[in-house]
Amino acid sequence: MASVRLEGIRKTYPNGHVAARDLNLDVADGEFMVLVGPSGCGKSTALRIIAGLESPTGGRVLIGSRDVTGLPPQERDIAMVFQSYALYPHMTVRQNLGFGLRMRGAGPEVIAERVTKAAEALVLESVLDRKPGQLSGGQRQRVALGRAMVREPQAFLFDEPLSNLDAKLRVETRAELARLHRRLAATIVYVTHDQEEALTLGGRVAVLRDGLVEQVAPPMELYRRPAMAFVGGFVGSPAMNFLPGGVIGRQDGATLGVRPHDIRLVAPGSGDMDARADVVEPRGSELLVYLRLDGSKEGEELRVVAPPEPMVSADTTVGVRFDRERLHWFDKDGRRLAD
Amino acid sequence: MTGEVGERGRWAAIPVFGLILATAFPFYWAIASSLTPESQLFRAPRLVPRTLVLDHYRTLFVERDFWVPIRNSLVVAGTTTLFCVTVGALCAYALARLRFRGKVPLLGLILAVSMFPQISVVSPLYLLLRALHLINTYPGLILPYLTFAMPLTVWLLVGIFRQLPAELEEAAMVDGASRLRAFREVVIPLALPGLATTAILTFVYSWNEFLFALSFTLGPERQTVPVAIALLRGQYQVPWGQILAGSIVATVPVALLVLAFQRRIVQGLTAGAVKG
Repeated sequence: MASVRLEGIRKTYPNGHVAARDLNLDVADGEFMVLVGPSGCGKSTALRIIAGLESPTGGRVLIGSRDVTGLPPQERDIAMVFQSYALYPHMTVRQNLGFGLRMRGAGPEVIAERVTKAAEALVLESVLDRKPGQLSGGQRQRVALGRAMVREPQAFLFDEPLSNLDAKLRVETRAELARLHRRLAATIVYVTHDQEEALTLGGRVAVLRDGLVEQVAPPMELYRRPAMAFVGGFVGSPAMNFLPGGVIGRQDGATLGVRPHDIRLVAPGSGDMDARADVVEPRGSELLVYLRLDGSKEGEELRVVAPPEPMVSADTTVGVRFDRERLHWFDKDGRRLAD
Repeated sequence: MTGEVGERGRWAAIPVFGLILATAFPFYWAIASSLTPESQLFRAPRLVPRTLVLDHYRTLFVERDFWVPIRNSLVVAGTTTLFCVTVGALCAYALARLRFRGKVPLLGLILAVSMFPQISVVSPLYLLLRALHLINTYPGLILPYLTFAMPLTVWLLVGIFRQLPAELEEAAMVDGASRLRAFREVVIPLALPGLATTAILTFVYSWNEFLFALSFTLGPERQTVPVAIALLRGQYQVPWGQILAGSIVATVPVALLVLAFQRRIVQGLTAGAVKG
């Protein structure tokens, strides 16, 4: 395994679309790095540039200490799992798994041995002689995973590998991926648009926007101390509330960010302010309450996660208290202000 | 439910049956006539012939040596197809997948080449081929055929390659295959139905081509089947029986070819490649 490093990567497509502005990223050897961001933020482009499927307009790509910027994909010794899995439909599972080894000139015994081992690890022994068309979604996903594993590459690249699975299978596979990472001590760069997936899987998470890295941090730090308002709003569900600082008496034009979990509902008049409950969504273990700050329909919306008891009914007035330890302040450019 | 569909299916069968009848009848008529003795050919036609004889076929192969034009046609059409599909596939793949300057004008140019009416290029081509001493040779037919068949092949194949998911080739390249290796190991097997269809179209085109074959050959030793059939008619009589027998012989290889590849053409090979 090796480290992966992007240095000042720029990518402008012929049609003028800028997918990467100045992308810098350091993935340590054996690290599970997740790239997350809204669609069009450049995360997939970044991954494809690491793979060599796209060439950057500027900047360098390093795998280990080797500069691979000008090398075609086949000389980079990395493995990639595609969103569509991209299994070779005319080959059996066995041939799919062995393809990478065969391309790299491994002998038939080595191929057979490694394929058998990977098939055992991924519970694919019984389907080795089937073609991808005869497999279930989960099996296809595991074949795609196995095809990457058998090669023992320098790094693994994952492009939204879970987005085609149903919710249950996704959670299972997520755990599987975490185990895989631990067992192989593999360097992984993983792209997703799902912030929850990013937080649960990533050793570190890089949040991208408009071809720039907004913040790289371990999941909990990303959640607790977002460096940018954008990161605060993107990470965590339900999303962070943003209010003018004036609502709790700060007059320097700063924006207040506060997570729905960090607001408590209290008796009217006894909190920082009063608000009207607009919509109440029971979620079993908790309530998600949408409040309107000044009591009118047009007022600032405030999302609050409240305990299931006492039940809050719509159209009642409640008091709101912010947890002073958990407030986030951002300047007008969206940068975090010193606590 | 099934009853309703069956009812509708029965009604739909009528036009299908009519279509089959309209297509198959001339073919049947040709077969029947080619097996009818010369003496009965011009009497009042009968739907089911009374006596069947192989006279016309015997004359065709024994006296007229029809094997020669068949061999010529096989060589010319086969070679044209082989070149068209191999060279055309590489061209088409580059046009379908690689990014390079002037791709769209190039595609337009390729198409434009095949737009000339054949008759307008016969004379210049004749002069050209004569200068190259290629009149009455196999290459003298194959080369002009390539100029007409190749653009069609390339256009068809560009469409076919574009339909294949690019991720499969990308996966192959990340797995360690070069572009050409990915083409051979992944693209070609998946495009096989399309390649077969293209090959058949090219073959049929070259097999049936008449104008060039008539213009660029001199004697029976290089004439292809359509030319040989056309030249069967003498100055004073038209041997319809032999002409029809020749037509049947000319149609059989093509029909066999289509039947042989039919399964390949229909088969959806890409099933299961990507999610689904």
